[in-house]
Amino acid sequence: MSSVISRSTAIVGVGQTEFSKAAGRSETQLASEAILAALVDAGLSAGQVDGLVSYTIDPVEETELVRALGIGEIAFSSRVPYGGGGSQGVLLHAGSAVASGAAEVIVAYRAVKARSGARFGRAEVGTRPTSQHSGSTAMQWCTPYGVLTPGAWMSLNATRYMHTYGVTNEDFGRAVVQLRAYSANNPNSHFYGEPITLEDHQTSRWIAEPSLRLFDCCQETDGAVALVITRSDRAADTPSPVVVAAAAGAGLFEEEIASNHYAPDLAVMDGSAAMARRLFRGSGITRADLDVAMIYDAFSPLLLMQLEGLGLCGPGEAKDFVADGQLGPKGSLPCNTNGGLIGEGYIHGMNLTLEAVRQLRGVSVNQVDDARTALVSASRTGVILQCP
Amino acid sequence: MTAGPSVQRPAPILTEDNHTFWEAAREGRLVAQRCGDCGQLRHPPRPMCPACHSLQREVVDLSGTGVVYSYSILHHPQHPAFSYPVIAVLVDLDEGVRMLSNLVDINAGDVHIGMAVELAFAATGDDGAVPVFKPRGSGP
Ligand SMILES: [Zn+2]
Repeated sequence: MSSVISRSTAIVGVGQTEFSKAAGRSETQLASEAILAALVDAGLSAGQVDGLVSYTIDPVEETELVRALGIGEIAFSSRVPYGGGGSQGVLLHAGSAVASGAAEVIVAYRAVKARSGARFGRAEVGTRPTSQHSGSTAMQWCTPYGVLTPGAWMSLNATRYMHTYGVTNEDFGRAVVQLRAYSANNPNSHFYGEPITLEDHQTSRWIAEPSLRLFDCCQETDGAVALVITRSDRAADTPSPVVVAAAAGAGLFEEEIASNHYAPDLAVMDGSAAMARRLFRGSGITRADLDVAMIYDAFSPLLLMQLEGLGLCGPGEAKDFVADGQLGPKGSLPCNTNGGLIGEGYIHGMNLTLEAVRQLRGVSVNQVDDARTALVSASRTGVILQCP
Repeated sequence: MTAGPSVQRPAPILTEDNHTFWEAAREGRLVAQRCGDCGQLRHPPRPMCPACHSLQREVVDLSGTGVVYSYSILHHPQHPAFSYPVIAVLVDLDEGVRMLSNLVDINAGDVHIGMAVELAFAATGDDGAVPVFKPRGSGP
């Protein structure tokens, strides 16, 4: 069975605000600015937009955007659950709507003030068991035990992974050093001009021992990213389209926010494996065809674990894959060339999609030669993007 | 001895689906949910049995013994209700269910996967208690 998306839709515009630690304006304004930039990039007008897609956790209301941007009649809207893990699901939703004819021009957006506003990494005790369809029902089992942040949840998986395959925090550190080398070249990034050594990594403070040091964690960030999606035949009239070759959202409901504490084997990312099976199935694309990959790195262990879950290397092989430099500019699969969420910033995964588009347009600050096929994985949701 | 936390451990958030677990803990018992029809044990508690779709639910006492499946020594960020580092554990109980909890009465450096643990309790801010674990055979 091939994906309904299968090359029938395209990303025709991308936009962003600056990424910062204090945006000094509302999420609605950030989203409006990013969407306008994406529409300008696509050569389309706000009046042509007839669909909106975001995350359930995004604070910006569709009504506000329609009024702020002067968007006309909305034919389709939807929101993807499960926070950043669902981030690539915006393309499954938007692509499905465009392919079915439900809408013509869809804007996907994510606006966060994850640094100056409500920080994901702050230790807070919730008083309600659920919020925003983001997997937070699991918090009720964590709150009385001080397991209060995504890093804390995820670190329990990471320790088991390390135990199973003999992985150390230094192995994660080697991936982080590469991410920071990429982000050092990226003016968008928090860490522009600030590469680190493995020793720098190993002397950063423990967040959750033995898996996470400070430099293993993404940068909480303020900012917004927007994508414009339309049919491939219509995309031919736009300046720089990128084809959505496949999109998948399997595995979305098997896990909590950043963990799957009750799965049989926490050393394996079952959700990623399920997603990847759907993504590649019937796409006509193999893993060997990938020129570049963006892999959701809210925390560095997720990068290594996902490489294995996605089948990009075998179980337990990610640490050697990383140590051999395969994620680097001369490697077999350059990864997170913007510096990733750890290096560039944390726009909840959508900035990884943006970097994949840049690579396929040939305009990344860490451009991979002749990049024609890119994978973006948010573990439980993913897309394969290609040059037209 | 350093001063304990200024705020007490937060009480669990009770829901229509989870209250049996936390209410038993308040009485000093560790329980799991068992399907009233097919007998499958499950944790966390849920309204329907995924194996047979029965809505019949029983609450059964567990032995309180198990092994550490995974752990994490949490240093940052910190919340005033806890003493740091917090030792978070996933315990595989002898009956075959897994629970998230804390390990107490141990130095963080001595925690390891596979270690045998047994039930203890920790007080919460609402004069209740939640199940935690300590090394097996480490005394009362
Ligand atoms: Zn049953």
